[in-house]
Amino acid sequence: MLTYVVRRVATIVPTLVFVSILIFGLQQLLPGDPAMVLAGEERDPAVIAHLRETLHLDKPFPVRYFYWLRGVVHGDLGESLRMQQPVRALIAEKLPVTLELACIAIVIALAIGIPAGVVSAVRRGTAWDYGANIVALWGLSTPNFWLGIMLILLFSVTLGWLPASGYVSPFENWRANLASMLMPAFVLGNAIAAVLMRHTRSAMLQVLSSDYVRTARAKGVRERDVVLKHALRNALIPIITLGALEFGTLLSGAVLTEQVFTIPGFGKLIVDAVFNRDYAVVQGVVLFTATAYIVLNLVADVAYAVVNPRIRVS
Amino acid sequence: MSAAGQSQGARSPAGGSAAASAASEGPTLTALVTDVQVAARAARPASSRAPLLRRLLRRRAAAFGLVVVAAFIAMAVLAPLVAPYDPIATSFAAVRKAPSAAHWFGTDEIGRDVLSRVIFGARASLLAGVVSVLISLSIGVPAGLLAGYAGGTTDMLISRVTDALLACPFLILAIALAAFLGPSLGNAMIAIGISATPVFVRLTRGTTLAIKAEEFVLAARAIGNAPWRIALRHVLPNIVPPLLVQATLAIAAAVIAEASLSFLGLGQQPPQPSWGSMLNTAKNYIDNAPWMAIWPGLSIFLLVLSFNLVGDGLRDALDPRHA
Repeated sequence: MLTYVVRRVATIVPTLVFVSILIFGLQQLLPGDPAMVLAGEERDPAVIAHLRETLHLDKPFPVRYFYWLRGVVHGDLGESLRMQQPVRALIAEKLPVTLELACIAIVIALAIGIPAGVVSAVRRGTAWDYGANIVALWGLSTPNFWLGIMLILLFSVTLGWLPASGYVSPFENWRANLASMLMPAFVLGNAIAAVLMRHTRSAMLQVLSSDYVRTARAKGVRERDVVLKHALRNALIPIITLGALEFGTLLSGAVLTEQVFTIPGFGKLIVDAVFNRDYAVVQGVVLFTATAYIVLNLVADVAYAVVNPRIRVS
Repeated sequence: MSAAGQSQGARSPAGGSAAASAASEGPTLTALVTDVQVAARAARPASSRAPLLRRLLRRRAAAFGLVVVAAFIAMAVLAPLVAPYDPIATSFAAVRKAPSAAHWFGTDEIGRDVLSRVIFGARASLLAGVVSVLISLSIGVPAGLLAGYAGGTTDMLISRVTDALLACPFLILAIALAAFLGPSLGNAMIAIGISATPVFVRLTRGTTLAIKAEEFVLAARAIGNAPWRIALRHVLPNIVPPLLVQATLAIAAAVIAEASLSFLGLGQQPPQPSWGSMLNTAKNYIDNAPWMAIWPGLSIFLLVLSFNLVGDGLRDALDPRHA
């Protein structure tokens, strides 16, 4: 087991190095003198000089990359020019909001996707199956920002049940927080529910046709128990990996959802940074996201190996 | 073995597998496993000799998708002829008017005809969908072919860069690229194209590896063909089917991505119409002009759904097991 973990950790190092080169390389795309662009419209000579100095713009690319990387490994992601704050502090401030959103979204996705997948597998070929598939297809083809706008139209404008925007911290008022999170979390969870449903369905179909399920049925286990205890437990193992892989969808979706519902999270941070030409923030956020994604996948792989020992051997 | 891979074994009549394939558009490893498996199967010669189009049209969902896509293309091409108004002509006498006989889809916040903007908006969406996928193909296929065929250090290098790109969530990478390149429809297409490239590299590489081991390639090598000739003449034609499937699904993803970037203000710039940017404005008037939001969104949904259905149908049609 330990060898497996060590080997798996070793494989992420080169990926991380390439990710950092790519993200640092984004700077090269800026047209003209980076210091002039980074300094914004005011073009304050003092700011430009400061930028040249701190970003080592007089040095060649590999040297600049080295300086930058040295900062990154020490936890220094640079500084936001607009907000005069370290990028790390900004991420730490906004991340919890998005994490809460993402957690509620995952709960919603699991609550819809897994039962729907089980039902459509057990009732294969019936109207239930057909209906669940149509809903899944709908969920995957709907742009989530549009779904958000439509939900606002229905639940905020027409029915007046939920607030259209305005984030409230859960520490201030958890009820208001939940009310403001419900629609965005549903929008975010919707697409993932569709993915989960598809995967649960196919995994269930596979497991339901296996020998041990036939044995369970033959010895007279109730059908309910066959489905929920024998089949579902095994079918859910691949969902661990899926969870980590859907992390990217979740974050990409959060960017748009937070924009629709004006939630001050991670997604809003990167969008605002783009419009403020706050490039250090953009780089920091992308680097953080990519690293989190890689680490999450590593954790999922290890967790998978724990629950399914066959993986470790190969 | 991933769940996505298993889903190939058991599929429902309509739509079901489109969902699975649409699900795999993002840069996920599960998707890649599916891709490679589909690729390996599609690479075998199809048992049915009927023309691809006819086999495709035999599937109801795919035929529906194809008709809708064709209708959108016709609408985009003929936009100046079919649109009732100039999409950027403002009219302060008709600001935020509800749908009526004169303006079927209503008017927007500065009196532009929403129907005309939806019709012209199809141009941005389709253009972005097609061009960005062409960009992905033109980088991804040669890179994948090279990695798969050459192997060794070349493969290692290309694969690591692909891994690195895959680690950045698709839309976040596209946003970052669009941010550094500057906001415009052209740059959005480049950003989406680059962000979608890794999937094509992986697919091409995986398929190339599978085909390289086939006997006819060994035979070609034995005769003494040059490696580049084998790669282009023997391997490339065999990876076209899976690429076609993936490209169709990637167009669906690119249409959503363009709408997303335009929604954020990083795509098509005003006053030129794009469904995404129309939704961005519509969001602010949702309480008194909901029609501004309904039609552009429905258009995105319908176009994306149709590309997904066509992609799914193509995969079934190219897969000998379903022919």
